[in-house]
Amino acid sequence: MEKNFDLLKELVGVYGPSSNEKAIRDFITKEIKDFVDEIEVDSLGNLIVRKKGNGKKVMISAHMDQIGLMVIDIDENGFLRFTNVGGISPSVSLSQQVIFENGTIGVVYAEPMEDISKRKLENMYIDIGAFSKEEAEKKVGIGDICIYKSEFAENENVVFTRYLDDRVGCFIAIEAIKEISSPKNDLYFVFSVQEEVGLRGAKTAAFKINPDIGMALDVTSHGDTPKAKRFAVGLDKGAAIKVKDNSVITHPKVKELLVNLASKANIPYQMEVLEFGGTDSGAIHTSREGVPSGVISVPTRYVHSTVEMASKNDIINCQKLLVEFLNDELNI
Amino acid sequence: MLLRELTEASGVSGNEKEVRDLIISEIKDYVSSFKIDRIGNIIAHKKGKSTGKKLMITAHMDEVGLIVTEIDNMGLLKFITVGGIDKRILVSKTVLVGKEKILGVIGAKPIHLQKKEERTKALNLDELYIDIGASTKEEAEEKINVGDYVLFSTKYTEFGDDLIKAKALDNRVGCSLLIDLVKEVEDIEFYAVFTVMEEVGLVGAGPAAYEVDPDIAIILEGTLCYDMPKLDTHLIPTYLNKGPAISLIDRTTIYNKEMRDKIVGIAEENNIPYQFRKTSMGGNDSGKIHIAKEGAVTTTISVPCRYIHSPVSVMSRKDYNNTFALLKAILSEFKREVL
Repeated sequence: MEKNFDLLKELVGVYGPSSNEKAIRDFITKEIKDFVDEIEVDSLGNLIVRKKGNGKKVMISAHMDQIGLMVIDIDENGFLRFTNVGGISPSVSLSQQVIFENGTIGVVYAEPMEDISKRKLENMYIDIGAFSKEEAEKKVGIGDICIYKSEFAENENVVFTRYLDDRVGCFIAIEAIKEISSPKNDLYFVFSVQEEVGLRGAKTAAFKINPDIGMALDVTSHGDTPKAKRFAVGLDKGAAIKVKDNSVITHPKVKELLVNLASKANIPYQMEVLEFGGTDSGAIHTSREGVPSGVISVPTRYVHSTVEMASKNDIINCQKLLVEFLNDELNI
Repeated sequence: MLLRELTEASGVSGNEKEVRDLIISEIKDYVSSFKIDRIGNIIAHKKGKSTGKKLMITAHMDEVGLIVTEIDNMGLLKFITVGGIDKRILVSKTVLVGKEKILGVIGAKPIHLQKKEERTKALNLDELYIDIGASTKEEAEEKINVGDYVLFSTKYTEFGDDLIKAKALDNRVGCSLLIDLVKEVEDIEFYAVFTVMEEVGLVGAGPAAYEVDPDIAIILEGTLCYDMPKLDTHLIPTYLNKGPAISLIDRTTIYNKEMRDKIVGIAEENNIPYQFRKTSMGGNDSGKIHIAKEGAVTTTISVPCRYIHSPVSVMSRKDYNNTFALLKAILSEFKREVL
C-alpha cells in the first residue's frame, strides 16, 4: 500500500510552540471535525475530540506543541535575546532559521567565544535583520516564541523534517480518527499542549476525561547510527512498544496486549526501553486514581533537531497497531 | 507598617504557624469565611459580585531557613538548609532557633587560623555551626531539640530612597499585598489563599488549587532582582524601581499570553510602570495551580527583591505601591468581566 505523507508534511509546518498552540489546534480541528462526535478545548488549550462507543473509555494523546525560542530582550541594535521553550540546544540552534507566528524570519547566531564548548543560549541571539530596537519591536514583542524553520524532505524510505516530535503522533491519531468508522470503545483523542515543558496539558486533559486506559503516541530515540548510545530501537524495524522511560513504566497488561495484537496482525514491532525522556502517558497514568497506560512510539533519529528522521514503514505500522488496539475489547 | 510585622515573623517552610496567625488576625474581619486546610494553607473567601469565573489570588507564607540536625558535645548546633540558600551567605549571621527563638550566631574558624586554600573557598555546611552560647551538649539540649527550625534574625529597616531591608521579603511582600487587597477591595468575589511550603517544591499550592478549583489565578511574589551595572540587559531579570514584574516563563509555567497582554494593557491604560521578568529560572506556586484538576489560567506578578533568600533582601516601596495599583486595576477589570 502506498501511503500518502502530504498531511504529515503540512502538520510539521504549522506554528504551535508550547503554550501557543492555537494555529495547529485550528488546523487539526478542521482536519478531523467531520469524523468525530464531540470537540472541546480546555483552559490550557488541549483539543479533546470524542468518537463515541460503548466499550472502555480510552484517552489517546499526541502532543501538538513544539519546542521553540522565547524572546526575553530586544537590545538597542535590534538583536533578540531568548530563552528555551523545551529542549532547545545551543549546538542545534546555531545558524538555524527561525520563524515567528506573524511570519517574521530570523537567524540564530552567537557572540564570538574562544571556547565554543562553553556556548550557552545566553550567549546567543536571534537576528531578524532589523537595524534598530524600534524596527525590531514593530515585528516582535517580548514573550513572543519562534520555531525552527527548515524544509521537509522525503524519499522512498524516510521523511526528514523539523518537528516530527510530535506532529507524527498527531498524524497517526488523525489517520486513526478517519479510519475507525464505528468505534468499539469510547475514544477520546487528545491533541495535547505543553508536553515539551513537562507533560502539562496531558495532566489536565486526563483529569477531565477520567479514562479507563491511556495511550500516548510520540517519537522515541534511536540506537542505530554510528557510535550511538546503546539502545535497541532502530529505524524501519517496526512500531516501538514502550516498556519504560523516565515518566512511565508501561502497565504490563497494556504492554502484553500491544505485543499480542502486533503478533497476531503481523505488524513488525520492537520493544523500547528508554533510559531518559518522558511522554504524555507519564501524566495520564498517575491521574486521579491511576490509569493503566502505554505508549506507541515512532523510532526517530536526531530528535529536537531540524532534521528529525523516521521510517515511513514504522509510521504506517504504528498507525496499524493503534487501530488494532482501539478495536480490541481492552479487557485489561 | 504591616510589612515589618510580616517579615519579622517566623515562618520557615513547614513551620508557618506564627505568620499564619498574624495573617488571619489581619484579614478575618474582611473576609466572608476562611479556613486552614489540612496541609496548613489559609483559604479565605471574599464574597462580592460574581462574574461566573472563579478568581484565586495567592501568596506563599513560608520563607527559606535552616533546621537543626545535631547537637554536638560542645553544645554547638549542626544544621541543613530548608529551601534555596546560598551557603556562602551563612557565616557570621545571627539567627533565632526553635520555638523560644534562642539567639545564635553562625560561626566558623577565624581567618587567622585558616589555611591559604581555605580562604578562597566557601565554607560547606558541615564546616558551619550555630553557637547559642551553651558550653555543653546537655545545656544546649535544655533549650533546643534536633528538628528545631532556625530563621534569620533581621530587623525590618527603611533606608535610602524609599527602600526596605528585611528578611523573608520573598514572600511576605506578596502576603502584604494580598492582605491589603482583602482589606481594600470590595464587591469583587475572590479567594485569597496563603500557601505553605512553596520554597521546598510548591507543596501547599497543589492542594489549595485542588480545593478552590479556580478559573483564573494571580500569584503574588517577591522575585529575584539583579540590576547591577555593566550587565547585558538580557541578563538582568528585573530592576528595582521599574514597577511590578510580570512573568513570561519559568521552570514551572509558561504564562498565558492572552492574560499577559490584557494585564500589560491595563498597566498602560492606568499609567502604571511595569517590567517583564526576563529569566526562565526559578518557579512558583503557579506551576501547581495551572495544572490542577482541569487547569487554570495563571499570571505571576512580583515585586523585585535584591539579595533574595538572604537575611538582607531589599525592595522598593515605590514598586510595592505600583504593584498594588496594578492589582487593584486588574480586579476592577475582572469585575467588568474583561479578564
